[in-house]
Amino acid sequence: MSMTPLQESPLDPRQAVYETVLPAGEHWMHLIQKGQTFRIIDLEGNQAVDTLFYNAHDYSERYSAVDTIREQGNVYLSTGSPLLSSEGNTMLVITADTCGRHDTLGGGCSAESNSVRYPRETRYMHNCRDTFMQGLLQWGQGMDKREITHNINFFMNVPISPEGKSTFADGISEPGKYVEMRAEMDVICLISNCPQLNNPCNAYNPTPVRLLIWD
Amino acid sequence: MTVTPDTILFEEIMPGGWNRSLILKRGTALRLTDIEGGANLSALFYNAHNTTERYNMPDTLKAQFISCISKGNVCYSDMGRILVSIIDDGCGWHDTISGLSNAATNQRKYGSSPYQSARNSYYRNGFDALLLELAKHGMGKRDLIAPVNFFTKIAVDTAGDLAFITGNSPAGSYVDLQAEMDTLVVLCSCPHPMDPRPDYGPGPVKLTVWNSGIAPEQNPCRSFCAQNQRGFMNTIEYHL
Repeated sequence: MSMTPLQESPLDPRQAVYETVLPAGEHWMHLIQKGQTFRIIDLEGNQAVDTLFYNAHDYSERYSAVDTIREQGNVYLSTGSPLLSSEGNTMLVITADTCGRHDTLGGGCSAESNSVRYPRETRYMHNCRDTFMQGLLQWGQGMDKREITHNINFFMNVPISPEGKSTFADGISEPGKYVEMRAEMDVICLISNCPQLNNPCNAYNPTPVRLLIWD
Repeated sequence: MTVTPDTILFEEIMPGGWNRSLILKRGTALRLTDIEGGANLSALFYNAHNTTERYNMPDTLKAQFISCISKGNVCYSDMGRILVSIIDDGCGWHDTISGLSNAATNQRKYGSSPYQSARNSYYRNGFDALLLELAKHGMGKRDLIAPVNFFTKIAVDTAGDLAFITGNSPAGSYVDLQAEMDTLVVLCSCPHPMDPRPDYGPGPVKLTVWNSGIAPEQNPCRSFCAQNQRGFMNTIEYHL
């Protein structure tokens, strides 16, 4: 498996201006200002962190997986990846990454997609798109289901084959691995810390992550 | 799939670079034909009765363990249901992961050719063309999702690098989409942004709608995988 070389960050967590721990199954929605750096730390390993970004001043401009993939010419995200908006603007750039690969094609789990992918009784399980929805409804500002698009799955590995196949592979992250990105515009970040119990993306064990912001 | 003239409800040639939309009723099917070869037809799918339910690229890929679509595959909505199924395909690979051209990609590649000088041959891009068509249905930028790019092949190597594969769709290639729900289909025939041809020259696509009937039990899309069987069950439940 080809991977981007790992890149550590010089930033000191003691200098961060914001810090929180987000348990599995919870949402987090927060402004990240242009120039700020945002770090997600996989505290216990193999956690999938489903993440969406919106232009803080115009929510109709949002992270676009397909524009990001096409313009960087590669399906995986790592250090150096610019995260592009639906309008082709750079929202953030990944500046450090000790994991090496992040997915943006797998999307977020939902009650409805679980009922397709797994036995039908999995419809009644906590899932990412309901968590995104809770975040959006709490945030208000007229945001609704239409805001839930293809997201980034930090720390998740979804290999694509030359034959046009895709699979969900075991997690490649470990406790303490992190990914860090610098905001190139004011963005609102919406995270669902994935509660998925049916696939190996988080080793069937959803765990908390730590979020840090530096000025 | 043989389409007999007496079952055809609608037929039209869509020139390269344009946009249009149509409602595909459950039990009808749409054939897209790449008349000259090398066309790109970007498509979005919505539940015609509730457009907040729409084609979902990640759900489509992960339910079927694919990264492109072809015969036997279906296009899932974000509600675990099937909007359209690919009942026949003379091409074999349709892109789902690389999005649309926009004003900037067009400008970078082709330069400028406005209406004033080029009349109806002016350079049009996928983002603006689909947005125009969405606006006719009361939708906007929030509804512009990742499209399927029919006839386009974007290969991904083991390192994850993308490549545009020329010659994926010879003249006369077609793909048949059967509506499993009443589906709003929004189309544009603008060039794919990774198409290496230096000149702006998008190809025409023929649209043929015919009465195909509801997918039978032995539909190859239904038996493609256990996931699709559950997807069809969800879709049947919706029509109870």
